[in-house]
Amino acid sequence: MEIVLSAAIGILGASGIWLVLRARTFQVLMGLSLVSYAVNLFLFSMGSLSIGQEPIVTPGIPADLAHYTDPMVQALVLTAIVIGFATTALFLVVLLALRGLADNDHVDGKDEGA
Amino acid sequence: MIATLTAAVADAVAPLMPHLVVAPVVIPLVAAAALLAIGEGRRGLLVAGSLAAMAVTLAVALALLAWVDVRGATPVIAVYLPANWDVPFGIVLVADRLSALMLAITAVVAVCALVFAVARWQRAGVYFHPLFQLQVMGINGAFLTADLFNLFVFVEVMLTASYALLLHGSGRARVQAGLHYIAVNLVASALFLLGVAMIYGIAGTLGMADVAQKLPAIPPHDRGLLYAGAALLGVALLAKAAVWPLNFWLVPAYSAAAAPVAAVFVLLTKVGFYAVLRLWTLFLAPQADSTTRFGADVLVLMGLATVVVAALTMIASRNVRRLAALATMMSAGTLVAVLGFGSAELLGGALYYLLGSTLAVATLFLLADLIERAREKGTGATADEGLVAPPPFAFDEQPVASGVNLDDEEAALIGQPIPIALAFLGLAFIVCVLLIAGLPPLAGFLAKFTMLAVLVGHDGAPTSSLGWAVVVVLILSSLVALLVLVRTGIRYFWVPQGRAVPHLAVIECLPIGGLVAGVVCITVAGGPILRYTTAAATHLLDPSAYVQAVAGTKATPGPTQPSRAAGGGTR
Repeated sequence: MEIVLSAAIGILGASGIWLVLRARTFQVLMGLSLVSYAVNLFLFSMGSLSIGQEPIVTPGIPADLAHYTDPMVQALVLTAIVIGFATTALFLVVLLALRGLADNDHVDGKDEGA
Repeated sequence: MIATLTAAVADAVAPLMPHLVVAPVVIPLVAAAALLAIGEGRRGLLVAGSLAAMAVTLAVALALLAWVDVRGATPVIAVYLPANWDVPFGIVLVADRLSALMLAITAVVAVCALVFAVARWQRAGVYFHPLFQLQVMGINGAFLTADLFNLFVFVEVMLTASYALLLHGSGRARVQAGLHYIAVNLVASALFLLGVAMIYGIAGTLGMADVAQKLPAIPPHDRGLLYAGAALLGVALLAKAAVWPLNFWLVPAYSAAAAPVAAVFVLLTKVGFYAVLRLWTLFLAPQADSTTRFGADVLVLMGLATVVVAALTMIASRNVRRLAALATMMSAGTLVAVLGFGSAELLGGALYYLLGSTLAVATLFLLADLIERAREKGTGATADEGLVAPPPFAFDEQPVASGVNLDDEEAALIGQPIPIALAFLGLAFIVCVLLIAGLPPLAGFLAKFTMLAVLVGHDGAPTSSLGWAVVVVLILSSLVALLVLVRTGIRYFWVPQGRAVPHLAVIECLPIGGLVAGVVCITVAGGPILRYTTAAATHLLDPSAYVQAVAGTKATPGPTQPSRAAGGGTR
């Protein structure tokens, strides 16, 4: 499971960085989204990776991380997703505004060589 | 006099503590919601509400400043538990000397920027006032929070408001700069989260004081991971603090922003610096095998590079807004470079420098707006003309108006009186120049002198080569700033002949006058303020009092609170 998760984080992060470095605004937006997915997964993995364990304490089972999964990171990821979603939506608006003002989708608003 | 006043205020607010700590976050938040409900239609009510909220925030910030400033060895630290959970489980807000100082300077700049915006800029777009309040809420929250994740949340609130405020007034330049600004900050936020995640993975907690307590127990083989996490956090925060090479977003964004927005943006870089200062001193205490903290030299070198790059770029710039943006950068670089030495006296001087430079650069952004408007009116030039710069050292060859005598041999020139509006702008500009270049008699000189005196070792301590490098760079950067700003002053105030007199509204002069008065105040009260900042720096570098104050705070037992069994788990 560790291998699969780290591969997923690595591939998402690498694709995200590659896209962020592209010159088209929409590619940058997709790149930022992928980077934020990678970061969220990483944040999630910083709790304990476990299968079939709940984050909520139930009576009769000792309250420690051997018997439960860490609820903290799940709360953090949820917050990070919400914030990332809002800022990405804002970026999309600015992207469209620049597209309208500059009449192309280059990040600097000018199409070189076109 | 200051001491008795402080004591009186501290006594007066004592019954409100520690609940007052949350007020700088709650007041702007509630105000933003209320202003949104009032709507753009009722402008008078909107302005009154916005100004009132900001004035109350200022009063609270000053009261907190008085509260934490009690002479004595043990620092007064106000700890507030908003959800009444025991430390380290709940959210914690902490106001110590540093936080209170940053809150006060934020409130002063925000009030002045808001008054300035009321004159013209608030009409350049919608929802200026709610966004402005949210911006201040984010900044205040970042200064007060005592756990890493809420630092992230408040920084995001601050940045999201700043994205919207940067676009205030619209236009191609703002939208384009805004796109870059948002992209850079989103990447920086991703790094911030990675750093937070790694620290959580190692320490198992997010409370700053709690992490600081647990870090010494970390086994050596995990320290590499800790340093990696700290470095990631550092990159994210230094990008927000505008330190080279992470600051290429700053100049386009800040010079494109509307004047009052740019003035508040000066505070955003200070949030980055504050976070670096707080986390670096708390988390990376010197290890047993060395006397310096992890990354100290890197901070000094990055700060120096920032100052050098800012100074060189200044030489090539003519536009006042660009110069103000570069002055922001220069002050950020100076602060980070000096931080790296980890000396309380030096850091005290740096915090004093922070006050002066923040006020000066904010004033310069407001002034730039008025100067350029007057210039546009006089010459018909557009505000962006300075952006496509002719050679930087060529003065304008102004066409000589008829009736102007340039020959000394002929009849004496009867000078036209300088219009009072122009004289006001000129004097305010001179104050900014003196502060940014660090010339006597104002606070900029006192701060730079304090820092240089410590660096060259007035107490006989030898100065490292890095220390000498900082001394040389600080002095040379002051010289460059002086040259460039004087050149700009000459170009705007002396060279033009027969220009139109700028029409200034009183409401636009008020905030500039207020900021200049603030500069005079911190200059006159230099002694007490330096004592305060040095005490703040001492407790930062030895954070045991902070850690104990936070760790020792207990939740208030509620009337029906069930007793928590030792084993937990069942309820």
